Amino acid sequence: MNPLLITLQALLSHWRRHRLQFFSIFTGLWLATALWTGVQALNSQARADYARAAAVLTGPGQAQLLARDGERFEQALYLQLRRLGWQVSPLLEGRLRIAGAHPLTVRLIGIEPLSLPSTAAVAGIAIPAFDLQAFIDAPGQAWIGPDTLQQLGLNSHEQATSSDGQRLPPFVVQPQLAPGVIVLDIGHAQALLQAPGQVSRLLLAGESRPLPADIAQRLTLQTPGDDGDLQRLTDSFHLNLTALGLLAFVVGLFIAHAAIGLALEQRRGLIRNLRACGISLNTLLLSLTLELGVFAVLGGLAGVASGYGLAAALLPDVAASVRGLYGAQIAGQLSLPAGWWLAGVLVSILGALLAGVSSVLRAAHLPLLALAQAQAWRMAQGPWLRRQAMAAGLLLLVALGCWQWGNSLTSALILLATLLLAAALLLPALLDGALAWLARGCRGALAEWFIADSRQQLPALSLALMALLLALAASVGVGSMTEGFRKTFIGWLDQRLSADLYLTPQDTTQALQINAWLAQQAAVTVLPGWRAEIRLQQWPVQVQGIIDHPAYPARWPLLEQSPQAWAQLASGRGFMLSEQLARRLGLRLGDSLELASDTLTVVGIYADYGNPKGHLLVSAGWLRAHLPQATLSALSLNLAPERIAPLKAELQQRFALDDSRVVEQATLKRWSREIFNRTFAATTALNSLTLGVAGIALFISLLTLSQSRLGQLAPLWALGVRRRQLAWLSLGQTLLLSSLTVLLAVPLGLLLAWCLVAVVNVQAFGWRLPLHVFPAQLLHLAVLGLLTSLLASAWPLWQLARRQPSELLRQFADEA
Amino acid sequence: MKPSLYLLIGLLLLSACDQPAPAPKSFAGLGQDAAAFKQVTRNQPLVFPLDHAAHNGFRIEWWYVTANLTDRQGRDWGAQWTLFRSALRPGAETTGWNSPNLWLGHAALTGPGGHQSSETLARGGIGQAGVEARPFRAWINDWSLQGSDDTGRLQMSANGKGFNYTLNLVSTGPLVLHGAQGYSEKSGKGQASYYYSQPFYQVSGEVERYGQRLAVTGVAWLDREWSSQPLAPEQSGWDWFSLHLDSGAKLMLFRVREQQGAPYRAGTWISANGAAQALQGEQIQLRELAWSKQDNGRKVPTRWRVQVPEHGVDVQVDALEPKAWMQTRFPYWEGPVRFSGSVSGRGYLEMTGY
Amino acid sequence: MLVIEHLHKSYSTTQGKLAVLQGVDLQLARGASLALMGESGSGKSTLLHLVAGLDRADSGRILIDNQPLDGRLESAMARWRREGIGLVFQQYNLISSLDVAANLSFQARLAGRLDRQWLDCLATRLGLDSLLQRYPEQLSGGQQQRVAIGRALAARPALVLADEPTGSLDEACSDEVLALMLQLVGEAGSSLLMVTHSPRLAARLERRCVLHAGRVRAEPR
Repeated sequence: MNPLLITLQALLSHWRRHRLQFFSIFTGLWLATALWTGVQALNSQARADYARAAAVLTGPGQAQLLARDGERFEQALYLQLRRLGWQVSPLLEGRLRIAGAHPLTVRLIGIEPLSLPSTAAVAGIAIPAFDLQAFIDAPGQAWIGPDTLQQLGLNSHEQATSSDGQRLPPFVVQPQLAPGVIVLDIGHAQALLQAPGQVSRLLLAGESRPLPADIAQRLTLQTPGDDGDLQRLTDSFHLNLTALGLLAFVVGLFIAHAAIGLALEQRRGLIRNLRACGISLNTLLLSLTLELGVFAVLGGLAGVASGYGLAAALLPDVAASVRGLYGAQIAGQLSLPAGWWLAGVLVSILGALLAGVSSVLRAAHLPLLALAQAQAWRMAQGPWLRRQAMAAGLLLLVALGCWQWGNSLTSALILLATLLLAAALLLPALLDGALAWLARGCRGALAEWFIADSRQQLPALSLALMALLLALAASVGVGSMTEGFRKTFIGWLDQRLSADLYLTPQDTTQALQINAWLAQQAAVTVLPGWRAEIRLQQWPVQVQGIIDHPAYPARWPLLEQSPQAWAQLASGRGFMLSEQLARRLGLRLGDSLELASDTLTVVGIYADYGNPKGHLLVSAGWLRAHLPQATLSALSLNLAPERIAPLKAELQQRFALDDSRVVEQATLKRWSREIFNRTFAATTALNSLTLGVAGIALFISLLTLSQSRLGQLAPLWALGVRRRQLAWLSLGQTLLLSSLTVLLAVPLGLLLAWCLVAVVNVQAFGWRLPLHVFPAQLLHLAVLGLLTSLLASAWPLWQLARRQPSELLRQFADEA
Repeated sequence: MKPSLYLLIGLLLLSACDQPAPAPKSFAGLGQDAAAFKQVTRNQPLVFPLDHAAHNGFRIEWWYVTANLTDRQGRDWGAQWTLFRSALRPGAETTGWNSPNLWLGHAALTGPGGHQSSETLARGGIGQAGVEARPFRAWINDWSLQGSDDTGRLQMSANGKGFNYTLNLVSTGPLVLHGAQGYSEKSGKGQASYYYSQPFYQVSGEVERYGQRLAVTGVAWLDREWSSQPLAPEQSGWDWFSLHLDSGAKLMLFRVREQQGAPYRAGTWISANGAAQALQGEQIQLRELAWSKQDNGRKVPTRWRVQVPEHGVDVQVDALEPKAWMQTRFPYWEGPVRFSGSVSGRGYLEMTGY
Repeated sequence: MLVIEHLHKSYSTTQGKLAVLQGVDLQLARGASLALMGESGSGKSTLLHLVAGLDRADSGRILIDNQPLDGRLESAMARWRREGIGLVFQQYNLISSLDVAANLSFQARLAGRLDRQWLDCLATRLGLDSLLQRYPEQLSGGQQQRVAIGRALAARPALVLADEPTGSLDEACSDEVLALMLQLVGEAGSSLLMVTHSPRLAARLERRCVLHAGRVRAEPR
């Protein structure tokens, strides 16, 4: 028989007797792959959807002409430019509410396929491949993504109706089309959106020239890249998810690493025998690698399958998160390319290699003649702890550097990673130190043994304890951040959302009519909100103009303010801006900003959580004088509670406003909170999973350790320590080690939380949150950590307590 | 000329180009409405200047100018200006995006060392393209062909990547009706169109290529054709000639190739004073002599032997630029030619379906 | 001091029940030493384990100073091991996490009978003075056995049980260690029951008996 086969057979026979180890390695690789691929699935699905959103219309140049006031404009301008030889294509965009079992507001995009350059594509369909007759002629086509159609609860052959009773063209399902979008001919779009002769923007192909003066007064050129695109905006979110996935992956690999190492230890004799029987080192290494490969493929397949399940379960939350944070649409369904599955298995193989390479290398260096003896642990432990502590020190230096000089999200995440890794590497040294300190206070033979033996177990348990530390610290950190954010956000929301009724009129004209009508109503306070969209340093910024009213100082919480801030704002000399924008522009209180050929002074900075755009607050008078494109787009009303419902009904009836345009405070708050809760649901779920994985790592480490522990415990038993007592002592040891780990995890977690709120959030979102410490939450997590370790040690200890004396005796009698 | 354009426009505008043989389904609406389009009939006198404008109600129509030009250095140039109208459904023109008309413009400039072409599209109903009679004005985006009511004087301009031209056309002869008083048959099975030409234009103007402007003079030929019937499916392509003989006479010839069987041949002999005589079948002999490989790998005959024995015509026709390939959504070959033999002169050649 | 009466012990194995001891009778006076000999599998280690309270007999009695050793109570057995005896095995004797000094004093402290002077004397006599801070894996086999012997005697137990205590040592070393052990057992005033298969070593003890097929076959003079 082939030596390789013989070797494999001999090596694999080990697993028949050690099924548990087999499952440990398998579980490690499985969990690592599952969590990692799950997160990757979420990310790639989201990215694919952003790409779909971006690919609703793709072409050579993405430059476009927009009205200076941001509103729609007449298509005569399009014709004028076309007659001048401009390669422009009109596009009309708007929101349309589709009636049906599941009413849904979609983004309607009307395009003109003939004027689009032939190199352009809509939803992945090249322009020359259009069935023009079907698309533009009556009844036309309404292109829709399969997920949107499903959301509407309609079949592709059903014809949809808008909420105002107009029939949409028949649906054509385009798998590439982004969710929440319907694409149709501009003619049909103008009819549905009741915007005859109106366009939203002109897409420009080819090079741009200076616009003719009369058109330049109306339109402005926006070059590609001006728009803060989804990909970039959401990168931070996905980077966060990736970091969590990576953490889980590492924790899973800890399990595999520990189990693979143990399997090698136990097979030292076998390996020596095989070598002595003439099996070459290469054959042996090949066999070990093949064996590892089998594990990797098995774990990978299981992992990828579970990862898919995990991603499918978390996707709705992730979708809600990015919608809430960035307004990005992603589908509620997974559709992954075949490559993803392959990549998952490859990741598992990579993980198995990472986890097993040290063991295989050790097998390669195994001396042929050395006697099987317990490792000289004490001689090895000192340098081992020193090396790890040194590595930790280096990492801490990197962390310090990132904190001091880093100013990007990547550096913020490196700070987190190095901090966590350094803490993990320091853990054995810290635990050893703590035990050494405890040992000084010990009297009595058993107590001394208790501590000394705990120290001896450290190398074997340290990986699992590191996993526990990382998972717990991450839980504490993310938990504190989330809770803190919730507390801050809800408080902020309560202050900010203090009007009873929020109105979004259709346009400025209607807004003015409503305002005038409301002025005649008794006991209603109206706060009109003038808005304009501008760009500051290429960043989209919303400018809001407010009237001088005591409601604002009372309700608009400021993070920082100059004396007389509100009065200065009302005078038109000062302005306030959101924290994100202030950071981005590098503005502080008292700084001035050139705005619409005027210079204003920063008099206040406020939080504006969850807004991907910048926000500026100025007086309405100043806004209307300096930015004529400003529109009156919102009215906030305060009135007696019993009058809210009748007034709402009357407004709706009188001005034909649907539910989405007249919203009560409670509804708005509920929406915001729902979005918030879902935003962190995926993060929280991943976090708990990581903690679970750490628990499993500890369990498996203890279980594998419990077999070699017998040799340590048998002499004690022979010297008159009862079995039950031994079991309790062992439990005590585990709890001692995990308690110390938990004790270290709490400050580490708080440090992590600080990094998250003060560094990562600032880089990722632009806002800094106050650091809140929630003792109850900490206690809860600490108890959870201890419970995890208690559960993890329960089974191995129960096994130990049940050991028959004969098994213990064998420790002495085997060789006799 | 250009029976071509039934197919051309049909493929170009009314169906997806990635379906070379349009499935009946995509023409479902068209088939139903086909009867509702106006039909080409014999003995329907053409009325000018009204017939210079668009014929709404017919499915397809074009304004087609080809010019053979010479610069001051004596080098030959060719310019093409084409506007197609295609209706999605019968009925009058409307105002707004729901107009039945789609418009397509092709322009090309052929000169020493190269051929450049350009294409532009527009929807009807919004004023982006159209043709009006009084005064005559045909336009699509920034291209135009406009002038006097009787098309006796026209200004023609178009542009594309790296080229543009502005040419003034003055006619020195009458309009010429092809076939039977403008009723021009395209096959033995009754496909026909209304077809007239103005082959007697003298041209002066400027062409510009890669920033270099040149004054040019020469001759031009306007073709006008409209119909509602597509070609028979078994007709695979066509070859069309418009020739200015040095004697002052003009000659239009075309051949519609059948997948099986002999091609359908027809033409018009136009004497120098404008008198037209329809030619058909054996009166016309066309033979390919040499082929040129185009940039996309297709081989197209660019040297021909053309014989009209009745008028003593036996000439060899050579393309000025063998690679006058129109790289448009529906590609074809169109370019200026020179001929010599029993008589010499210049003209234009169009070939599709290769 | 030690009286063994009709001791029976069998183990269930995959091949059925294996009767190891089939009615063993034996006595050992206080301060006396007895070498227990026999072939591999004759049951001599089993007998030693029963006396040490590491295992329970099926039937028969073990009397210590006329008191029966009750195998049913684990606490009593553990106490007997802790306080009544000193154990020396062939190997796996020491607690690897503790240094030599802690190992030496371990059982005496467990039994609550720590006698510093005696311990120092033991360490000196066993030649361990310079090794007290070392850990078991840093010692040679002979040194490890000396620590085991010292630990067994540290509490001056009534009975020292040794199972091939020099089995993994070479001849010279083994003689030296045995001599030391006998001497110290004598000084401690303990009785000694030693399992060995070496007649040469057995000859150095006061009495010898041979176990064969589960019974004491003969006690050669």
